[in-house]
Amino acid sequence: MAVDYGTLKKGGFMRQKQKNNFSLRLRVVGGKLTARQLAKIAQVSEEYGDGYVHLTSRQSVEIPFIKLDQIDQVKEALAEGDVEPGVCGPRVRTVTACQGGAICPSGCIDTYALAKELDERYFARELPHKFKFGVTGCQNNCLKAEENDVGVKGGIKVKWRPEQCIQCGVCVKACRAQAITMEDGQIKIDGSRCNYCGRCTKACPADAYEETHGYIVSFGGLFGNSISKGEEIIPFIEDHDKLLKVCDAAIRFFEKNALAGERFKFTLDRVGREELEKAVKEVCENG
Amino acid sequence: MDDIKINDTVDITDVVCPVTFVKAKVALEELEDGEILSVHMNDGEPVQNVPRSIKEEGHQILKLIDNEDGTYDLLVRKVEE
Repeated sequence: MAVDYGTLKKGGFMRQKQKNNFSLRLRVVGGKLTARQLAKIAQVSEEYGDGYVHLTSRQSVEIPFIKLDQIDQVKEALAEGDVEPGVCGPRVRTVTACQGGAICPSGCIDTYALAKELDERYFARELPHKFKFGVTGCQNNCLKAEENDVGVKGGIKVKWRPEQCIQCGVCVKACRAQAITMEDGQIKIDGSRCNYCGRCTKACPADAYEETHGYIVSFGGLFGNSISKGEEIIPFIEDHDKLLKVCDAAIRFFEKNALAGERFKFTLDRVGREELEKAVKEVCENG
Repeated sequence: MDDIKINDTVDITDVVCPVTFVKAKVALEELEDGEILSVHMNDGEPVQNVPRSIKEEGHQILKLIDNEDGTYDLLVRKVEE
């Protein structure tokens, strides 16, 4: 029987140099695995692999040295521990995330919840080429949002509440963008400098900032054979549903315009980034 | 700000992050609930980060005084958990 490597690859089995051996990529969302999943992965790597795993550059786990004739048993065994194979090839890949606002004091959004949502919405969707989402909680950018085809970065838009302010001056110094000044007890925020990092409101001892949590989205990043930084179209997306619509629009654009084997960045270069800008602005304005 | 009575002061200009915060935290532990500590710190990283770390510990920040010599004094009221 001829081996269908395409199907195997789609199901997360990466062909190894060693004949009939595969490195099995697992489905991981936002870098989170439960103890139960880890125990099962350990057991499978002992029984069917070489007793170790490889941690991939995008928060997945691969179990090398899975034998071709044991693939079905391996899948069954993994399923007992709520572990599924991942994907490779031309489709939506692992959605990565930092720990985000649920855990990290710097986080501006719940990155894991969003990664899970994006994974449920898009994971393994067939496209002209690979397509990567990454979600990072704040400007510290631990998850490197801009190296993804679509990168999402959490931010906080602030509005000063004079009635709460104690004029302590902490926010002026906490701001790394020099966007805040205080004169005669009045706080001024320079919107052209503010990068939505949220450091002012996180440092404020008097709850003197009204916070709007939102998303800074970049498009067309890649970090492989070619390297390019994803670029923003809209400075700040305040609404969660709007974010999903923007992601939908980006995927639709890629699906419709990309040539087979062409990464999003190169589609944008060829078709014109302004075409995506139109599509994104359209869903932002008209829903 | 003349009405704020300072109970103790700590100088963290002789240490670097993260010891800056640790030194301030240790000094706060010596105080009683409601007493006020003045934390003397350098411009840059300390003044960007130490106030927020102290806030996150649950203490009350009252004022940041710019000494206009590259140092700041942060006045903190201790809040017992």
